[in-house]
Amino acid sequence: MSDVIIFKIDGVEVSAKPGQTIMNAADEAGIYIPRLCDVEGLEPQGSCRVCTVKVNGRTAAACTQPAAPGMVVENDTLEIRNCRRDIVRMLFHEGNHLCPCCEASGRCELQALGYRLGILQPDKYPYLQPVRPVDASHPDIMLDTNRCIRCGRCIRASRHLDHKNVFGYIGRGIYKQVGVNGKNLAQTDVHVDDHAVAPGICPVGCIIQKRRGFYDPVGQRKFDVNPIGTEIEKHLKDAGGKK
Amino acid sequence: MKKKRISTISLAGCFGCHMSLLDIDERILELVKLVEFDRSPVNDLKRFKARCDIGFIEGGCCNEENVHTLRKFRRNCDVLVAVGQCAVMGGLPVMRNAIMHSDDPLRECLETAYLNSPYVYNPTNDIPNDPALPLILDKVYTCAEVVKMDYQIPGCPPSGDILWQAIVALLNGRPSDLPSEVIKFD
Amino acid sequence: MKSDQDLLITRSCSKYGNDPGRVIDILWEIQKSLGCVSYEAMEKIAATINTSRVQIEGIVSFYSFFSETPKGKIIIRLCDDIVDRHAGVEQIAVVFSEELGIGIGQTSPDREFSLEYTPCIGMSDQAPAALVNDVVVTSLTPDSARETARRLKANPDTSKLVAAKGDGNNGHRLINTMVKNNIRLKGEVILADGIQAEAGLKKALSKTPLEVIQEVVESGLRGRGGAGFSTGEKWRLAQKALASKRFVICNADEGEPGTFKDRVLLTERADLIFEGMAIAAYAIGSDSGILYLRAEYAYLRPFLEAVLEERRKSGLLGSAICGKKDFSFDIRIQLGAGAYICGEESALISSCEGLRGEPKNRPPFPVEKGYLSKPTAVNNVETFCCAARIMDRGSSWFAGIGTKASHGTKLLSVSGDCAKPGVYEVPYGVEVAALLEMAGAEDTAIVQVGGASGDMIGRRSFNRKICFSDLATGGAITLFNSSRNVLAIVDYYLEFFAHESCGYCTPCRVGTVFLRERIQKVMHGFADKADLEYLQELGKTIMITSRCGLGSSAPKCVLHSIAQFPLVYSSHLKESLDGLQPGFNIQKALEESRRIAKRKSMIYDPVFGNEGE
Repeated sequence: MSDVIIFKIDGVEVSAKPGQTIMNAADEAGIYIPRLCDVEGLEPQGSCRVCTVKVNGRTAAACTQPAAPGMVVENDTLEIRNCRRDIVRMLFHEGNHLCPCCEASGRCELQALGYRLGILQPDKYPYLQPVRPVDASHPDIMLDTNRCIRCGRCIRASRHLDHKNVFGYIGRGIYKQVGVNGKNLAQTDVHVDDHAVAPGICPVGCIIQKRRGFYDPVGQRKFDVNPIGTEIEKHLKDAGGKK
Repeated sequence: MKKKRISTISLAGCFGCHMSLLDIDERILELVKLVEFDRSPVNDLKRFKARCDIGFIEGGCCNEENVHTLRKFRRNCDVLVAVGQCAVMGGLPVMRNAIMHSDDPLRECLETAYLNSPYVYNPTNDIPNDPALPLILDKVYTCAEVVKMDYQIPGCPPSGDILWQAIVALLNGRPSDLPSEVIKFD
Repeated sequence: MKSDQDLLITRSCSKYGNDPGRVIDILWEIQKSLGCVSYEAMEKIAATINTSRVQIEGIVSFYSFFSETPKGKIIIRLCDDIVDRHAGVEQIAVVFSEELGIGIGQTSPDREFSLEYTPCIGMSDQAPAALVNDVVVTSLTPDSARETARRLKANPDTSKLVAAKGDGNNGHRLINTMVKNNIRLKGEVILADGIQAEAGLKKALSKTPLEVIQEVVESGLRGRGGAGFSTGEKWRLAQKALASKRFVICNADEGEPGTFKDRVLLTERADLIFEGMAIAAYAIGSDSGILYLRAEYAYLRPFLEAVLEERRKSGLLGSAICGKKDFSFDIRIQLGAGAYICGEESALISSCEGLRGEPKNRPPFPVEKGYLSKPTAVNNVETFCCAARIMDRGSSWFAGIGTKASHGTKLLSVSGDCAKPGVYEVPYGVEVAALLEMAGAEDTAIVQVGGASGDMIGRRSFNRKICFSDLATGGAITLFNSSRNVLAIVDYYLEFFAHESCGYCTPCRVGTVFLRERIQKVMHGFADKADLEYLQELGKTIMITSRCGLGSSAPKCVLHSIAQFPLVYSSHLKESLDGLQPGFNIQKALEESRRIAKRKSMIYDPVFGNEGE
């Protein structure tokens, strides 16, 4: 059995090691596949569907689909771009994403993907405007699940990196949300230094560290400097690869 | 080229988008060569003089007057453009929709705003209710929920550059030409 | 009091070995005895079985039959399927409301009664129906509903509600229900009289496992749940996978609205099902099986347990089955807790493992990594029955029934507007029109083949056939006459999907809600042509990006109805000439404000009349 799997993404040949997903291989090759629920260091769960690609003509989530020899992957096509844009729109419209007054603005992955995918007319879907109470009980951390996109990154980080169970999914369907292992956040064993609440785990402004709001000035925030995806695409340029 | 007639209004907004329009700086001289302002806070005209080609709406609808004005704009403008986050998706005013947990949400909202908030100084303990005040809506509505909107320009506010590019594109009949790099939701 | 509760919880947990994998059974015991699973109960369970409270809450809040707030001692669940709606469930609800003094979704202050709606309970052939705790009451009328409510108030013993027992095993002392089988057509394979008991199992055990698999492959048997994967291939894959243990699971989570044929099989063919499971176990090399029984069919559980016990006594389960030294196999029943998604095989496995009933990522497929990460063959109730019969009568007998590509018979659950609703076992290839004739359906305008997730067809498609290459179906055939409103049917199905979506992936969780919003806009006459394009585009996005079959089939009713009934849609569309949104109601938006401000609108109240619109 060969140790290298060769397959194609949008006509470009890429290689993967056995056990790697399409996403892993694409990242290493400097090809950016947009994603929200997947983040380096955590098991992929394939829930946001932003990383939808076509594999031999059938749609699959790049973050969970294992690379296989000879597969033909479509990533940056009109059809896939449209699907991704619709999914990102759904997440925007499902929650209360008020960028002007959100501390995550400028480092929010949802917002950054909105820009990257070119959502110029944000009125396609109705706004669902949830009214879940904000949990500000904890001295250092605030939880506004109206901004949650159900990516579960905090849940996985708490479970697998912190070896705690601070967060968990509760409810079902449109009422599915992130719950905490206590009557509120203050009653859980969460600590401000936990991975689960570290900046960068929550891709949006749902988990906010108190007293740190708006710490980077506009123009110097994470995605102001490097639009989302460019970090990965930089690999390609650094390696002098062909585009 | 015949000058296009444009009108602008601020509904439940902060006039920030109008301020941003002034950020087109010296290009405003070019603008007045291309367009004639009808009803607008820019010229303080309170009523339409004639039918307009384009109407720019800042802010969403939080009271009956907003709805009334927006409907008038819809009837009197060929193309209607939502400018800024408030017009597009409710913006800051729409935050009140998210705090309506109780059985009497509107009262709770008013009481929080005028009586109970720790930041309120209100010795008479009154909630403003002058007959001249327009009635507040049960919640904040986006412009597109009330009338059909033709285009949206997100941003809080959209920068002068974006507004300039958008206006130029609209005047030239190429409204969807906005480069995505300039779009901001904040 | 507190310690009583704690004691009960510890006892329930230890009954299931303090195994977090059996948490659904534990929660059932607690729900039944305490009327709810409270925050404190969750804490106690979590501490006892060594998991976290939020995980328990995740499970409790996932399944409809569990509740965090106290429910009445008697819970009346009215079946809210579209067929029941057409049969008048709303009037039934009114009667119950009046009699019990509570509205839908409420619990009486004395905690005697709760009244709620629930999706299809598998009684569409005798609608309107309801569950009173585990007891099924069928063919309700306002009078019988009133009678039921009054009887319950006088005597809370729910078993007293069964006056006339149903036919066949429904009258069995351990089932004791008024449910009727309504078997209308017996086919050759499953419902035929005089099937020789255990003949299939005995013949299978005389062959090698690989020969058994080969026989099933050659018969061309495909899954009866709807997806139609080759059963023999599935078993072959499960058998081939390297593992120390393998599982056989029978999917009796018949949740598709309008289907009830598994109910009849569980009632009348329980032995045949277990025989088929034993054959599968022998074929793939498994010693443990699970029957996943939907909570709505809990009334069948004592009977099924007794059948299992009888089989153990007769050497048909347990060790050395039928004297075969190295073949042992046993079956446990896993009761569901109210979640349609658990009919999806990987979600069903999650549920058996004591998790939220969410589908798993594939690959790996259940045949490689299923229950407890071991190779698992999950098959439908009907599929196991077919397998047992194939072993008895041979693959060529089976392949000779039906069409070239769809072998055997199919059990159809026919309900809705027809004279003879019930179960029909027909050979594959039967035309819809022929089926309508058999069922005594008149003036049929819409046929929903395969329930909410199936195909919606109109008159010009009634020549289509029930088979894998045309109308592949799990068996629900719901008939609607020309007086029914197609948009109301679509709206119902979307409501169902939005309610039953597990919420795991974005397109299904959010998209189904958006689809429904727009269909309602069409129904209210607020939509225009652009909205139809929107529905089609959104439907396609949901179909191709969803993670499992629920999301990818939810938009079908929208897309099919637009294609089949374009005139219904176009007659509801209205172009707004003045550019105003007809759905925005300014009078309604001002109601609260008028009340609070105690004054009228200067603009919108005609009294002032200055600029009224």
